[in-house]
Amino acid sequence: MYSDKVMDHFQNPRNVGEIENADGVGEEGNARCGDIMKLWIKVENNRIVDCKFKTFGCGAAIATSSVLTELVIGKTIEEAEEISNQHVVDALDGLPPLKLHCSNLAADALKKAIADYRARQQQVS
Amino acid sequence: MEQVYLDHAATTPVRPDVLNCMIPYFTNGFGNASSVYRLGREARKALDQARTTVAEILGAEFNEIIFTGSGSESDNLAIKGYALKNRAKGNHIITSSIEHQAVLDSMKWLEKQGFEVTYLPVNELGLVRVEDFQSAIKEDTILVSIMHANNEVGTIQPIAEIGKIAREHGIAMHTDAVQSVGSLPVNVNELNVDMLSLSAHKFYGPKGVGALYVRSGIRLDPLIHGGGQERNRRAGTENVALCVGLAKALEFAEAEREQINPRIEKLRNKLIDGIMTIPHVRLNGCREKRLPNNVNVCFEFIEGESLLLNLDMKGIAASSGSACTSGSLEPSHVLLAMGLSHEIAHGSLRLTLGKDTTEAEIDYVLEQLPPIVQRLREMSPLYNG
Repeated sequence: MYSDKVMDHFQNPRNVGEIENADGVGEEGNARCGDIMKLWIKVENNRIVDCKFKTFGCGAAIATSSVLTELVIGKTIEEAEEISNQHVVDALDGLPPLKLHCSNLAADALKKAIADYRARQQQVS
Repeated sequence: MEQVYLDHAATTPVRPDVLNCMIPYFTNGFGNASSVYRLGREARKALDQARTTVAEILGAEFNEIIFTGSGSESDNLAIKGYALKNRAKGNHIITSSIEHQAVLDSMKWLEKQGFEVTYLPVNELGLVRVEDFQSAIKEDTILVSIMHANNEVGTIQPIAEIGKIAREHGIAMHTDAVQSVGSLPVNVNELNVDMLSLSAHKFYGPKGVGALYVRSGIRLDPLIHGGGQERNRRAGTENVALCVGLAKALEFAEAEREQINPRIEKLRNKLIDGIMTIPHVRLNGCREKRLPNNVNVCFEFIEGESLLLNLDMKGIAASSGSACTSGSLEPSHVLLAMGLSHEIAHGSLRLTLGKDTTEAEIDYVLEQLPPIVQRLREMSPLYNG
């Protein structure tokens, strides 16, 4: 039911963990539904230089989290903002239909992390 | 290890000796049991023998056994068939909140037809309380359906007590015994039931065949109309090979049950005790009133499907009541009915042993499972270990 890419990211998730002194943190989902994703970003000169995640959820939730970190690292904030849940699915060669909605939270968590980053920037300035 | 199969509550392999008994009825003995010539008569004889075997083991009469296409069909026929036929007697049915979907969805369908259904709660161990059943009885209650043993947590329900009370009130009693037949002693008279469902593939018989015991005098509307087979209660040319397979498998299971169960139970207890040494884990269900082969636990902070996929990578086949494995957005209705929170229920794991499960396999699971749980927890934002 899962593509090879999903299984690869599930078995060898990239960038698992937390970033100390992160510049932005975003969390999406809830435990009631069985999926929570938390994302940390490190930003230098408006560019995301590091991104890590922790996820409670099914194989799809873990794989989408993992592949998102790969999509994000190296992008400017503006470029990163353009990443949608569909981009994440495409990067994994698709997801089973049932998983498209509930387990595909990574781009939403990223948007929250970017919003958090912007809020912190405003506080500084 | 290449493959450790611990999902026997889902299905079991067909025993080779059962398969051998079935094969002749696919080939040379292919006759239609309704035909008058020798081939037909031989098929009929085999079918009769299979029915006799099943009836004897259940403590029933020959005419009280209907062969069906599955345990689900047996449940549907019992519940819908009885309700529709006996509607003039009353409109109310009682069941439990932890039944198999075949029962629950039959009830939901009857509700659409205007029947009223009461879903009894269970306690935290997954047991129906007899008092709850008693107080749910109404003037117009015609049927009660409570499963013998639960398919997820293995809890064994007080069927004989409920059946006795039902009988005193003139209420027909059905039990879904799909998980217990072959594993527990099942006698329809000792259990005080009027209808009982079973399925061959749960006890090393073939898939695609089940049976329904219907006590003499209980009348049902058939779900499948046609050629009058199964005494007009289930039309369709009898699949003699599958019925023979069901009966043989039941015969073997019954003969070996007393030898196998103590061994399985010992291994099961070893597995439970080993798993319980992992922190933040809870055993679901009742430790005593439990199928001998069932383990069901919840690991906090992790989700069941990712646990199953990780176990599968190590060759271990198991199942979970997480939403992701149920095909819905909700985790197991059984665990929720037992009072578990959604968060905890998502992290459930069911391991069900079989007659050929070895101690080496249990040791292997106990070696592989803790690091998988630890790895997933370290990835979980809920875990602060």
